[in-house]
Amino acid sequence: MNTLLRTEDLTKSFTLHLRGGLRLPVLGGVDLVVDAGTCVVLSGPSGAGKSTLLRSLYGNYRADTGKILVRHQGSIVDIASADPRTILAVRRHTMAYVSQFLRVVPRVPALDIVAEALIGRGPSVEDARGLAGSMLLSLNIPRRLHGIPPATFSGGEQQRVNLARGFITNHPILLLDEPTASLDADNREVVVRMIQEAKARGTAIVAICHDIDVRDQIADRLFPVAPIREAA
Amino acid sequence: MSDDPILSARGLTLSFGAIPALLNVDIELYLGEIVAIVGESGSGKTTLLNVLSGHLAPRSGIVTYRDPDGAPHDVHAMPSPMLRGLQRSDWGFVHQDPRRNLRMNVSAGGNVGERLMAQGARHYGDIRAQALDWLEQVEIDADRIDDLPRTFSGGMLQRLQIARTLVTHPRLVFMDEPTGGLDVSVQARLLDLIRSLVARLGVAVVLVTHDIAVARLLGHRIAVMQRGRVVETGLTDQVLDDPRHPYTQLLVSSVLQA
Repeated sequence: MNTLLRTEDLTKSFTLHLRGGLRLPVLGGVDLVVDAGTCVVLSGPSGAGKSTLLRSLYGNYRADTGKILVRHQGSIVDIASADPRTILAVRRHTMAYVSQFLRVVPRVPALDIVAEALIGRGPSVEDARGLAGSMLLSLNIPRRLHGIPPATFSGGEQQRVNLARGFITNHPILLLDEPTASLDADNREVVVRMIQEAKARGTAIVAICHDIDVRDQIADRLFPVAPIREAA
Repeated sequence: MSDDPILSARGLTLSFGAIPALLNVDIELYLGEIVAIVGESGSGKTTLLNVLSGHLAPRSGIVTYRDPDGAPHDVHAMPSPMLRGLQRSDWGFVHQDPRRNLRMNVSAGGNVGERLMAQGARHYGDIRAQALDWLEQVEIDADRIDDLPRTFSGGMLQRLQIARTLVTHPRLVFMDEPTGGLDVSVQARLLDLIRSLVARLGVAVVLVTHDIAVARLLGHRIAVMQRGRVVETGLTDQVLDDPRHPYTQLLVSSVLQA
């Protein structure tokens, strides 16, 4: 199979220095394999470490030990040991992450937030804005909202702006944290279709998704993430 | 992005009397990236900026600048005319107080044009056209070109300083609390402006700020300073979302949520 993302014996813990150096182990020995055109859904109870795993894959959290191997422009990059500039290049070209919450520069209109993801990837500014507009429309964000910064948008609208930004670039690897959590049924369907289309294009997807209907429609495989029980 | 850093510092150490201001600081900066330096007052951020930009000599350590041809220069060993030449053209400095950089008795357009003239530009029409273009880029109305900066608001002064700094297309810009002291609404606009200009021009920026939110929005990488040391460095979102050093954890957990 054509593996785009793989972890080897990945471990992650947090040390809370403000709590007397309390150490919280979260991930132990994670071996995850994600092939092109497949969607792996992380499963497990809240607090099991699903988001921690997803953020570690993106390089947002730093792994303690182990490897996070990503196929990036013809070579393999280990996110766990790569320097910051390499991780930024992987994020720009190879691996996109759609978080649950939108975090953007204040005052930047929704359209530009989405278009910006395309800048530097080929399209001109005008083309990028055109594509961003279509993407927002397909996610049912009406044109009258495109020129408005999303700070005042509803949770569901913000999530769809976030999704638009994540999907518009066709990154080969997509990490989705609860992509449908604040969406109504119609929009859930739109997102499910976008995920299926991305898979058909060969995108490798790792998702966290508590909605069982959505999960059944997008998942090729479940990957259990279990809380670590530390030996006392 | 080029493979050699445009600016690199090794082992910078400096003290003011008995107080250590910099302790063995290493830092590297590449074209096209913003490195944010954060830390509380007195942590050595501004001292570091002054040493990197050649305004203050370290007791030990070396700062190396790589010119457009790729040749390395020791910033603190180069002849002072060369350093001043760099500071006038290839480098820019954006101060928290724009009055330090602007000439208050010279028109807005003159302030922008002056830096071009210092670089050798002589054609009045060209200089005025470029000044106009830059005023527009920093969102200052064209009909203010002949007004004196003293008639400008704080946010406008800061934008004028940025226009004056960027008009010569510097490759390296030092910024010291560029949004400090501004209203929140003005600050947001300025952040967006800095971010888009830097992305478009591909310059390298060292940004000193005590504001974690500013560092998060602008910085590709971040260096956290405490008592003259860089205690933690890395990708901005990594360091702020998964801080490892006790001081960084304290800094991040102390930020007010809006």
